[in-house]
Amino acid sequence: MPTIELININKYVCCGVNLKIRDKELLVLLGPNGSGKTTLLNIIAGLTDYRGSVLFDGRAMDNMPARTRRVGYLFQDLVLFPHLDVAANIAYGLRTDQQTAGQRESRLNELLEMVKIGHLSSRYPKHLSGGEKQRAALARALAVSPEVLLLDEPLSSLDTQTAKYLRTELKQLQQKLKITMVYVTHDLQEAEEIADRIAILQDGRVEQVGRPEEVFFHPENEKVSEFIGAPNILHCDYCQSLGHGVMEVGCGGLSIIVPHDGNSIQKIALLPRDVYVSDVRPPGPEVNRFRGTVTGIRNADDAIRIEVKAGDNQLLAEIPHHIFDELNLTIGKEVFLILKLRRIRVYENKDL
Amino acid sequence: MKELKPTKWAWGILPVAIFLAIWEIVARLSIVSEQFFFPPFSTVIQEFYYLTANGVLGTNFLSSLSRVLIGFCAGSIAGIAVGIIMGWRDTINKALNPIVSLIYPIPALGWLPLLMLWIGINEMLPITIIFICSFFPVLYNTVTGIRNVDRDYIQVARTLGASDVKILATVVMPLALPNIFTGLRLEAGMAWRVIIAAEMVAIPTGIGALMMKAESLIRIDIIIVCLIVLSVMCLAFEKLFAYLEAKITTKWK
Repeated sequence: MPTIELININKYVCCGVNLKIRDKELLVLLGPNGSGKTTLLNIIAGLTDYRGSVLFDGRAMDNMPARTRRVGYLFQDLVLFPHLDVAANIAYGLRTDQQTAGQRESRLNELLEMVKIGHLSSRYPKHLSGGEKQRAALARALAVSPEVLLLDEPLSSLDTQTAKYLRTELKQLQQKLKITMVYVTHDLQEAEEIADRIAILQDGRVEQVGRPEEVFFHPENEKVSEFIGAPNILHCDYCQSLGHGVMEVGCGGLSIIVPHDGNSIQKIALLPRDVYVSDVRPPGPEVNRFRGTVTGIRNADDAIRIEVKAGDNQLLAEIPHHIFDELNLTIGKEVFLILKLRRIRVYENKDL
Repeated sequence: MKELKPTKWAWGILPVAIFLAIWEIVARLSIVSEQFFFPPFSTVIQEFYYLTANGVLGTNFLSSLSRVLIGFCAGSIAGIAVGIIMGWRDTINKALNPIVSLIYPIPALGWLPLLMLWIGINEMLPITIIFICSFFPVLYNTVTGIRNVDRDYIQVARTLGASDVKILATVVMPLALPNIFTGLRLEAGMAWRVIIAAEMVAIPTGIGALMMKAESLIRIDIIIVCLIVLSVMCLAFEKLFAYLEAKITTKWK
């Protein structure tokens, strides 16, 4: 419910962090390991001391202990109390001094129902699957009727499919409960799926805050661009619908087919790893296949980045070392590019 | 699994039965020494019956048992109480830990000469020895148990609105219980070993004292009876705490 303001926060790697989290929004703190994401969550929760100020709706919380901040916190390891069953874990935060036994019972049932684990109430954490543990921990965090819910990479230990389901449920839950949610992850795709806004954190500094498409299509600096994978961003000169959820866009002399069924497209983006490079004409239909010339070759961390001029565009492709060795690429050599259709992102907003 | 049970029992009892049979035969054939110095098991059992019937064993056993119970309970309660404070408050731990580390390695019986002079030879002497013998290990295990509780459990309890007292009572102590029980289990057996030694040296009543009297009368059968009682009590105390620990933690551990 509250707007959260972090003003000039300093702690460990965090260095002069200023961040405003809007009321009822789901803000994702996105950054690599060690960038200070968990530290910021702990500071908001009041679990660690710090320099600077944390405001909830303009009220300074700096001297308020964690237990009175009404902040729900879902830890990365979930931290279910192993000696308590699911029901007792969830009921832990229910106030015995302010609620009757009947009220607590009814709230417990409501929470169990909300996260769909009513049938597991008497199980101990050691007998729960990863997803079930996650749901129990979420219900426990929600038991205190928090105004703010903090989630520290809560889905990192789950398989991709379960994580995807739970992410959707989390988003729905946040909208239903109308709470301010801060979600930490290092996975861009996860952030894009769930976030109202993303704050990119690197080396303890907030590098950029914005809607997912803003961050992706308008990275504010090189650090952000590198972190999100240095996407190729192409401006579209024209755009026409081909029907069946497909559009054709013209970008710098290239005619690109894009899966899109909305308004006209202003920009498209594609990560370098989603651009295939071949030294021979690839077989198959001539869709999103272009001829280009290698204009640069550089070493990235675990791959080779090839700069290719295709039409009027300067595209970046990323290929593994062993493929690069096979292709025997040199500057000036002609190559063929395939743009992965399903990986192309589109940006509609004309205002930006 | 049910078919395995008799086998399990057999493995528990059979070696003991064979050992007792060999003992009986070796003693009766006087292979090792005269029966006087190495009485057969049957003679020991007979003597056990006489000592029980005339109340000598019972009186001495109850003396030892009451000392062990009082000293062990007091020592354990004090050890757990101080251990909780030391484990929970880092400053207190830092202040007391060097002192505990210095005193803890002293064997309980090492205190005997000092305590004989300070307390005198009375009921308080063995109780105090047992108290010391129980206090430090239980304290040490309690501190370790509490400090080993993952800080995240404490942090999450804080975000759930719990006070320090509630966290200690409902999260930290239950999670530290396995460690505390390890201390209790080890010391429950140790208390019997120490009480016997204390009674042999300084106290005129109890199982240890009975053994010393038997020694002066060269009654090896009585000594063996006392050793059997001691063995059974050590084992029973250790098993009791192992059972309690399993009973409390088995659901979630």
